Amino acid sequence: MGMVEAYPLPLIDSTTAPFWEATLRGELRMQTCASCGGMRFPPRPMCPRCGSLEHEWRLMSGRGAVWSFVVPHPPLLPAFMPLAPFNVVVVALDEGSALRMVGNLVASPDGPINEIDPGTIQIGQPVRVVFQRVADDVALPRWIRVEGEP
Amino acid sequence: MEPLLLKDRTAIAGIGQTAYAKSLPASELVLACQAVKAALADAGIHPSEVDGLSSYTLEPFMEVEVARNLGMGDVTWFSQVGYGGGAGCAVVGNAAMAVATGQCRVAVAWRSRKRGSAASRPWAQVGARIAGTGQWSRPWGLVRPVDEIAMLARRYMHEFGATRDHLANVALAFRKHANRNPAAMMHDKPMTRDDYIHSRWVSEPLCLFDNCLESDGAVAAVIVDASRAADLPQPTVLIHAFGQGLNTQHQTMTNYHRDDPLMGPAWACADVLWRHADVGPADVKVAQIYDAFSPLVPLSLEGYGFCKRGEGADFTNDGNIEWPDGALPVNTSGGGMSEAYVHGFNLIAEAVRQVRGTSTAQVLGADTALVTSGEGVPTSALVLREGGR
Repeated sequence: MGMVEAYPLPLIDSTTAPFWEATLRGELRMQTCASCGGMRFPPRPMCPRCGSLEHEWRLMSGRGAVWSFVVPHPPLLPAFMPLAPFNVVVVALDEGSALRMVGNLVASPDGPINEIDPGTIQIGQPVRVVFQRVADDVALPRWIRVEGEP
Repeated sequence: MEPLLLKDRTAIAGIGQTAYAKSLPASELVLACQAVKAALADAGIHPSEVDGLSSYTLEPFMEVEVARNLGMGDVTWFSQVGYGGGAGCAVVGNAAMAVATGQCRVAVAWRSRKRGSAASRPWAQVGARIAGTGQWSRPWGLVRPVDEIAMLARRYMHEFGATRDHLANVALAFRKHANRNPAAMMHDKPMTRDDYIHSRWVSEPLCLFDNCLESDGAVAAVIVDASRAADLPQPTVLIHAFGQGLNTQHQTMTNYHRDDPLMGPAWACADVLWRHADVGPADVKVAQIYDAFSPLVPLSLEGYGFCKRGEGADFTNDGNIEWPDGALPVNTSGGGMSEAYVHGFNLIAEAVRQVRGTSTAQVLGADTALVTSGEGVPTSALVLREGGR
């Protein structure tokens, strides 16, 4: 897909680099406080529960459920115009109901973001993470339906 | 030391506005100067007396330019508030605090905005790489403010059984009010429920008429000590209570990461607002509620305590938010969705008109009015009351 290069991509800094390095390896990792064990997303330097700056990056199961979704229509940024209407979902991870990530529901790891009929998307649908390499340093987490479940 | 309470110590003595239109030729600076000049004329105060300036961080020029153009004298207090549409009531409330503490005597507050300007649409200047919280949403195509709020709207509809009919209640009420207001951009443009239901999608579940207008314009207010206001030409409109709020683990616009994303900053703001007021939601006769997007209205009705959590959608049924017969007429000038979108500052002007008794959809006995600023971002609110009672 020629449009992928034009997607807005994350500016990776020292706080977020471990997350994105993990996605390149096909891993979904959450920032986890080394002191109190609390997980937080999006990443930030300090643990809001205990104030520790020490943390590790815990491997997630990659399982979650659709928490909400939207279907954007034009006018849109040029990169997204040819794909509209498409879906954007928020997925709540199984490891914590407040660990929620924005993503797209797709049928395959590299599939376009408009290949799922939006009318078939349901809140609560179980999903699992896949990764699409979109730049040398970025693989975007995306979500596909878990087979055999609603 | 006992805190100095703001309650009824200051007043909004003047309001002013430019024309509202999809495109105005004047610059933001010219529009701001016109609105401030009109507000000072309304208050009967000469520009040389102004010594306080309060504005949004999103203004595309420095406030010193307003002072230079209007011929103000020595300005001794100036401040700006961030977070776009969340700033409006705080811009006025901070000016009230500055007047109440003697940092200045006559403060002007304003918002001047043009739809086409770069400063009005930070989302459209997405570069190749995104810093900050946007890097967790924009790469997947969640880019515009409407997309970010639509995500919360869908979840709200799912959790509480709200429907597009509820959102239509909001859009139709504000359009009805705009059709009484000759200054409104949607004056003489009636809308039916059928028009709403069949309008084009922008970000499902939100359609075109769930969105505020795109408009150019400026609005300003003059804030003085309450005793000074009593000697000025306009009826006294007291700043009874003021609040700002951002609640725990809030993330601006993409507020998806706290335990309950459907309880937004309004809840924190309402807490301080009502704590400092002699009145409560039941005493509010008319409300101006920030409406960049229709779902912000039920969410705000809940946050500010007009109904319980999850009941905001049903609160809009049966004309309950419509003038003249609804229990709580909301956005009586048409609001951001049908009068003009001036980042909520036009809502403040309308609240002042209601308390003065000069609205085009005047609520009888509107001695107490609520104004709220943007929900979904760090926000603010004011309770205005009739003086001289």
